Amino acid sequence: MKMRQQFPRSIGEIMDRDERVVTLLGDIGVWSFHEVAERHPSRVSNIGILEQAMIGVAAGMAKTGLIPVVHTIAPFIVERAYEQLMLDFGYQGLCGNFIGVGASYDYSGLGHTHYCPGDVDLLSVIPNMQIVLPGTAEELDRLLKEAYDDGQPTYYRVSERENALSHPVRLGKAEVVKTGKLATVIAVGPMLDKVLEAAGDLDVTILYYTSVCPFDYETFRQYHRSGLLIVCEPYYSGAVLKAITEQDGRFSGKVCSIGIPKSYITRYGTIDEEDRVFGLDPASIRARIEAVLKEQAANGRNDGGSRNI
Amino acid sequence: METQTAIREIKKQILTACYTAKEGHVASSYSILDILYVLYHGVLNCSPDRMDDPARDRFILSKGHAAIGYYAILADAGYISQPLESMCSFDSCLGGHPDCNKVPGVEVSTGSLGHGVPMAVGIAWALKIQRNAAHVYVLAGDGEMNEGTVWESLLIANHQKLNNLTFILDFNHSTDRAVDLGNVGDKLSAFGFEVVEADGHDHEQLKTALLTRADRPVAVIAHTIKGCGIREMTNEPAWHHRVPTQEEYAAFMEELA
Repeated sequence: MKMRQQFPRSIGEIMDRDERVVTLLGDIGVWSFHEVAERHPSRVSNIGILEQAMIGVAAGMAKTGLIPVVHTIAPFIVERAYEQLMLDFGYQGLCGNFIGVGASYDYSGLGHTHYCPGDVDLLSVIPNMQIVLPGTAEELDRLLKEAYDDGQPTYYRVSERENALSHPVRLGKAEVVKTGKLATVIAVGPMLDKVLEAAGDLDVTILYYTSVCPFDYETFRQYHRSGLLIVCEPYYSGAVLKAITEQDGRFSGKVCSIGIPKSYITRYGTIDEEDRVFGLDPASIRARIEAVLKEQAANGRNDGGSRNI
Repeated sequence: METQTAIREIKKQILTACYTAKEGHVASSYSILDILYVLYHGVLNCSPDRMDDPARDRFILSKGHAAIGYYAILADAGYISQPLESMCSFDSCLGGHPDCNKVPGVEVSTGSLGHGVPMAVGIAWALKIQRNAAHVYVLAGDGEMNEGTVWESLLIANHQKLNNLTFILDFNHSTDRAVDLGNVGDKLSAFGFEVVEADGHDHEQLKTALLTRADRPVAVIAHTIKGCGIREMTNEPAWHHRVPTQEEYAAFMEELA
């Protein structure tokens, strides 16, 4: 089952046992929720195409103790209703769950209005916003059920890209996939399979993150020993490095950041085609990692100073 | 105390607070003061000892910049005891816009226009889901009616048949210089609201309007005067966000006496 099919099922199961949960749909995913709506007609609503009001209304519901789940396409939650997320939920400390589909260029034929590579960057500015990037349907189910009522606003980034295997993920906790000596590779959400294909045979540590906020700095600190950090992110690159430097203002070492560069994405086509353009396919990731390892070896390890490669 | 005397005293407190703090929106506060006074004197089913009671009525000031007027009424009604003159000082809980995490009695933090109305609609809708009979009042300014989220929310309120919601429009024509709202009563009626109009400074009319109930959400168009009570401020845009000088303060206090 894909994540897109999983989350209505997960939300339905949560709603079956928790009467506080309400679901608001921005005229997206309505059919996938029809069974849940039949079971809970007063608590599932297709509110219409008015995303800013939808987030504000959800915040009002949260004020009374209900737990809203809000769903539509990522840019319409994150970018169009950003101020509502920040002021109504973030600043006022309300619990809410925001499930966005259309991560980065998942709607690869629809153009820039429907792409959302900047969601993680934007949301990470909201101090108490939790940002979750599951890699599989099972992980999404696990993370939703763990965090839906934890009192925080949480963004769940549902991606068309998925990993083959699930990990026993928890909110704010990284998984150690393998350890090695030459570098630390951080794979965020659906980047894990690409990283494993690209670097699984190399002598590197691979850490798997399904939460960017809160960021599990402790696991990173414990396992990052090589002096070379390689971050693989499926969005505008940089959020992980920012999370690390927020925890450790003296962080130093070489950094290779692999993600989507900040630019308008003007093409259409397929997700694979975009991945190749941005070097996010396994072969390109392999080439980048080999290049930085080679440079690292030539310069000698742990030669001090922080710089991007 | 006779009502008009009480209103004049509260206006003097507001003026003194803004003069001392060198901050605040006096004219906007004077525009809504009678509405708030009537709400907190016999309309809202809530009290300082029931601020966490789920059955309490809710009031949301969507035009948050009129905060000092709100604080003065909350103080008058016994919700807060902080000196109003502390407004906007470093450690004060009383900011230039109301913060629900700091000020007792404030239900929703507002300031950026167009946020309070959607949240009020969400509260009213949630109360319906919870079969809670409490009523929700939200006050917006006519300038705020430029915001799309207000109209989006009104659509939802109508669609959900939120007859536990009263939308109050502080219609002081401050937006006339930017966007003509046209016949706002017709617009609200077309959006499915039961529309009631009142002189926004006549307490009897206001009370009747605010207690109106229907099988749909109610809109109270309160015809108000921005800066009501001070001739120089009346409908003068320059006084939207201005602190009086020492001479102006003395003259205005005398005018309110």
